[in-house]
Amino acid sequence: MTVATMTDWARAKPQPNWLMKLFDYKPFLVFVCLLPALGLLLVFLTYPLGLGIWLSFTDTKIGRAGQFIGLENFEYLLDDPQFWSAVFYSVFYTGVATFGKFALGLWLALLLNNHIPFKSLLRAVILLPWIVPTVLSALAFWWLYDPQFSVFSYLAVDILHIRSRPFDFLSTTWPARWSLIAANIWRGIPFVAISLLAGLQTISPSLYEAALLDGSSPWQRFRYITFPLLMPILAIVMTFSIIFTFTDFQLVYAITRGGPLNSTHLMATLAFQRGISGGELGEGAAIAVAMIPFLVGATLFSYFALSRRKWQQGEGDD
Amino acid sequence: MTDTTVESASKAAVAPDQMAWDSRTRRFVTIYLPLMLFVVVLLFPFYWMAVTSFKPNSELYDYKHFNPFLIGSPTLQHIKHLLFETSYPHWLMVTMGVAIASTTLSIFSSVLAAYAIQRLRFKGSQYVGLGIYLAYLVPPSILFIPLATTINQFGLFDSPLALILTYPTFLVPFSTWLLIGYFKSIPYELEECALIDGATRLQILRRITLPLAVPGLISAGIFSFTLSWNEFIYALAFIQSSEKKTVSVAILTELVSGDVYQWGSLMAGSLLGSLPVAIFYSFFVDYYVSSLTGAVKE
Repeated sequence: MTVATMTDWARAKPQPNWLMKLFDYKPFLVFVCLLPALGLLLVFLTYPLGLGIWLSFTDTKIGRAGQFIGLENFEYLLDDPQFWSAVFYSVFYTGVATFGKFALGLWLALLLNNHIPFKSLLRAVILLPWIVPTVLSALAFWWLYDPQFSVFSYLAVDILHIRSRPFDFLSTTWPARWSLIAANIWRGIPFVAISLLAGLQTISPSLYEAALLDGSSPWQRFRYITFPLLMPILAIVMTFSIIFTFTDFQLVYAITRGGPLNSTHLMATLAFQRGISGGELGEGAAIAVAMIPFLVGATLFSYFALSRRKWQQGEGDD
Repeated sequence: MTDTTVESASKAAVAPDQMAWDSRTRRFVTIYLPLMLFVVVLLFPFYWMAVTSFKPNSELYDYKHFNPFLIGSPTLQHIKHLLFETSYPHWLMVTMGVAIASTTLSIFSSVLAAYAIQRLRFKGSQYVGLGIYLAYLVPPSILFIPLATTINQFGLFDSPLALILTYPTFLVPFSTWLLIGYFKSIPYELEECALIDGATRLQILRRITLPLAVPGLISAGIFSFTLSWNEFIYALAFIQSSEKKTVSVAILTELVSGDVYQWGSLMAGSLLGSLPVAIFYSFFVDYYVSSLTGAVKE
């Protein structure tokens, strides 16, 4: 009886065929699992990255294979005032916009960290500028910055009577630069605020209670509890924010296309103008490659300067 | 000594009233007022977009007789123009198709990669994980020129397939990291039990790990979908023919023409292009927030 059931059970168990065995063989399975992701990344990320560095040393044009010309592209760019203006504006744009985003974003996160009604609805609404395609909200800003029909000019001239002429947002150098920065800050606040809010919510309330009992002021609680504990998340969010602000393309391309007089070109838009629109792939690639040192520097700075090492928080350093 | 106690006692007697009044106004000024300002500033461009798209042209450019913040006689003329006299519906379809296809492709490859890195634990798995993370730090702006030549070499120029294959370069690193985090939270014991019961690795992934990681899959899916809907620079560089463009590129290159901008239809186009992703997002806000913050925390 027992023997019979035993054999039945053994027969009922499906015999694994060679395919199933192959998929249970760990090295093969690891290879198969990694293949799609690594394949895509190697072909469309690593290879183009290397190709971009190679292109920057050639005089490739669209439709014509290039010759190796050494550092000629970079030498040309060193003497190009338009390139230096783009470098300056990229750094300025990143610096000011990052500062604005983090100051306002941290403030918004602290506000949202209070007990307020409709909190989740508020959070959802606040993320909207981040969700909506950048180019489409940039178009709205373009319309808001219109020289004739800007609603800001209407408010200032016709309602408040503090100006006699409409604002001139985009037709001269510095106003155009500041207008773009404002649009970038507007778009970046939600991401910073929601990420930092998540960081704030992980801070244990008992720390604040202890500090309250010790008679601390709100500023002290922020300075000695909130800020240090927020530092690790702040460092990561800032790294991402700096990288994606420095390489921003959409806002500038949609609102000014680098004008007036090429004064609002970022390095990415200049690379596009020279590389794709102008057809000078080699030169465009050289501008793109020139962004890499800035990116590496910014990443290292925000990562090492801002993040407290784990041992400072009583954890093992690894 | 007694003076101070009396003083503090009298203070305590007065304090509650004053504190209650004080804290209510204070709370209003320090919390609600700034919050309202933030909400107004963050939402105003969308309000302006909506108002502009439903205003007739006669009101649009006449602030003397019409209050620009309100709509006197709402009209659908801009939306009608967009839907029936331009290829806008076509652009929407292309954007939707590209977003869905690239999201599916990325989630598929990310699930497998995250499972291999987190659960199969082979030699050097952490270096593969680190490599994938570093890939996220490479922005599209430094890749699009060499990618354009690569796309040309593959004969994919001016084909939506080029976008479907290149979008995973920024979707896969993100989704993989998110899913690694989710897989970490699933106890090993469940998989070990299944192994003892004679399940194969792939059965474990399909029957045990994936069902438990559904929230992670949804988060990664939403995030990938919005990112590919918003992508601009690749779509601008790789697509040339008008009918294959995505919404953001098409609005900027096809609708912005000449010296007089048709702000009504431009804003209607922006509104319609933002709506699908906003609606999609509103259904899954919590997943979206968790993916945003989860990726940051990892």
